[in-house]
Amino acid sequence: MSQSESHATAALAEADRLMTVCNSCRYCEGLCAVFPAMELRRSFGDGDLNYLANLCHGCGACYVDCQFSPPHEFNVNVPQTLAEVRAQSYRAYAWPAALRPVFDRNGLAISVLAALAVTAFVTGFIGWNDARVLFAAHTGPGSFYKLMPHNTMALLFGAVFLYALLALAMGARAFWRDIGEPAATLSQPKPLLSAVRDAGSLRYLDGGGVGCYNEDERPTDSRRFYHHLTFYGFLLCFASTSTATLYHYLRGLEAPYPWYDLPVVLGTLGGIGLLVGPVGLLAAKWRRDPQMRDEPRAGMDAAFLVMLFLTSITGLLLLVLRSTPAMGLLLAIHLGVVFALFLSLPYGKFVHGIYRFLALVRYARERHDEPTG
Amino acid sequence: MIDLNQTFDVVVVGGGNAALCAAIAAQRAGASVIVLEAAPKFYRGGNTRHTRNMRCAHDAATETLSGPYTEDEFWDDLLTVTGGNTDEQLARHMIAESKPMLTWIAEQGVRFQPSLGGTLSLGRTNSFFLGGGRAMLNALYLTAEKLGVEVLYDAEVVDLDITRGEFRSATIKRGDGRITIKGRTLVAASGGFEANIEWLKESWGPAADNFLIRGTPYNRGTVLKMLLERGVQPVGDATQCHAVAIDARAPKFDGGIITRLDCVVFGIVVNKQAQRFYDEGEEVWPKRYAIWGRLVAAQPDQIAYIIFDASSLELFMPSLYPAIAAGSLAELAAKFGLDAAVLEKTVADFNAAVRPGSFDHTTLDDCRTDGLTPPKTHWARRIEKAPFYGYPVRPGITFTYLGTRVDRSARMMLRDGGPSANMFAAGEIMAGNVLGRGYAAGIGMTIGSVFGRIAGQGAAAHVAK
Repeated sequence: MSQSESHATAALAEADRLMTVCNSCRYCEGLCAVFPAMELRRSFGDGDLNYLANLCHGCGACYVDCQFSPPHEFNVNVPQTLAEVRAQSYRAYAWPAALRPVFDRNGLAISVLAALAVTAFVTGFIGWNDARVLFAAHTGPGSFYKLMPHNTMALLFGAVFLYALLALAMGARAFWRDIGEPAATLSQPKPLLSAVRDAGSLRYLDGGGVGCYNEDERPTDSRRFYHHLTFYGFLLCFASTSTATLYHYLRGLEAPYPWYDLPVVLGTLGGIGLLVGPVGLLAAKWRRDPQMRDEPRAGMDAAFLVMLFLTSITGLLLLVLRSTPAMGLLLAIHLGVVFALFLSLPYGKFVHGIYRFLALVRYARERHDEPTG
Repeated sequence: MIDLNQTFDVVVVGGGNAALCAAIAAQRAGASVIVLEAAPKFYRGGNTRHTRNMRCAHDAATETLSGPYTEDEFWDDLLTVTGGNTDEQLARHMIAESKPMLTWIAEQGVRFQPSLGGTLSLGRTNSFFLGGGRAMLNALYLTAEKLGVEVLYDAEVVDLDITRGEFRSATIKRGDGRITIKGRTLVAASGGFEANIEWLKESWGPAADNFLIRGTPYNRGTVLKMLLERGVQPVGDATQCHAVAIDARAPKFDGGIITRLDCVVFGIVVNKQAQRFYDEGEEVWPKRYAIWGRLVAAQPDQIAYIIFDASSLELFMPSLYPAIAAGSLAELAAKFGLDAAVLEKTVADFNAAVRPGSFDHTTLDDCRTDGLTPPKTHWARRIEKAPFYGYPVRPGITFTYLGTRVDRSARMMLRDGGPSANMFAAGEIMAGNVLGRGYAAGIGMTIGSVFGRIAGQGAAAHVAK
């Protein structure tokens, strides 16, 4: 089962061994996208393995269905090995390269970043504002901007957002090059649409139709449910912020908005998703069969989920308490958390969505090009 | 905790497809059921763990089956593979019952998919389990547990109380001690003896030490032996087993399907004296697949080497273990510990005898040797393009044919005549009734599911009387 090709890491070498075992079996080809993609290959270079690893949703079906999973001597543990390869690939694609080590102790790094950002905002709010203003009750349009001028806020968050976009794009480019997919694929509407459908429905997190496997051989669809809450919650919150920006610049309406207005409704619904979703996913992670876990990377997963949760809880608290004297500090804390979240997007679990989506695009292209029969 | 002092309506021995179908059918019919599985939980299910499809008759194409497969066609196929070595009445009964089985087994949670890549030839006849045999087992166990079937693992049956052809109790090993489980009926679904090397030696002699066993080490045939000793009629040839040529680097047990090699047609096969011994081009898959295990078993030290060259390397499915490569035949011989001069001569003689033809490994083509003994009657191409490759192969034992004779109701037939009132058999332990020799893909699962269900329902009905 040993392959002569050399690999960058031990995890990649193990993934090569497993794909060689799986390619001689193929019982799992109906479960997800990974195995049909594997069957299109006879040997597995690092780029192939990084592609397959990012295509894997970690549903666990192949682990409970495999006659060769541990304690069998073939020790076939695809979910765990691909999780490890995946996490290592996030590190390898990070831009700039100097920041790759952030992935080594990701939970710690993101906690420190969040603490620093919140401290900076609280300190700034206290330093710039008179205590009487900071702890006064403000109401009506523009009340947030009495504590932090709108242009300062827009400039700061615009800058961090653009930086995150740039870093994410550079990472995506590195992934695309590593797996050896031509740029032209991204201009084909069919693979893109099919990837949007597959990602949007988490098609491959369903264990081949009955739900993913987390704790044991009993299928459950809870991870898909909580992931939907998280992802669509995130999108709703993003839509809320975008609507608010349009309100500000196009309609001259200043935040905060009344509770029935679109930005608040979207933000509240999204916020609830971002509370329940991450808690559900964290709980599922906690209960996951240790055999399938990628233990060293647990901090990265938890850090991202906790950041989403904190973004949501501070935002919702701000909404509820925005007419009270607590608003000033809550705004500082919320902005600090959001700032840290944006800045950490390219250096944490968030990137899984980008690479998985791109892997699905490539998979759709490969399947489409494959001769039928 | 299970109360093991109660008398169960049905005691099922074994833990594979047949056992679980029997347990589920009996429990659904209102019986109390206990399943005694000798293996630990991970290895539960005997050979079912390694299966991937079942063969059922059906009148029309379905979502996962590409066309109809009539009862008559199924019967013809069975007749062909067994060479008539079957019980027609029982076989036709099974084939008829295989039709509703497709629906029934899906109702028990088993899911199907279209035929796997590289198995298109089976896409019309065989229903493939989504995720393979272990996924199928997981589904059956979940259903059984939900219904209230009790399951004991590591519960090897070491004794059976059978009085005047009637089952009373089974004694199992439990930790350091033994426990006797009382039951009103018995369903024996505990497979054959393929993992019992000592028993295999009775027919094969010391050669059996070099056999590799494709399934778990738990298929020891203990229960089969006890039943035959206690008055049940045997069926099937005690000396025969189903053997295929598998990679010699495979583990002793449980290498499953992935150690198989089917590249015989692309080259020549030599023994440890570097001599050819059989026509590599005689048969198409799957028949050749099933003859090479036996052929290798007859060679010295039960080992052989498939030798081919660079032009064939990517013509077959990727193998678990890579082919051993060498720049020259002499180097390849050295890697296998063969005599280089003899191997070179064997290949040279073969190359000289190859006649021109148009190569097509999907049909019996016209590429053959002339004036060579043994000949290669199809797919013969010169082995001349370096690098040269080889796979070492040994016999891999899949299952044994000896079993318990049964009637249509899956009741075991007693040597004194007549069926037992309360003892049933299902699956590999009675497969010899239908499959006296040979094999057709997926038929073991058909035998297991169909007779498992019949046995379970029969046992429940017996108790209800």
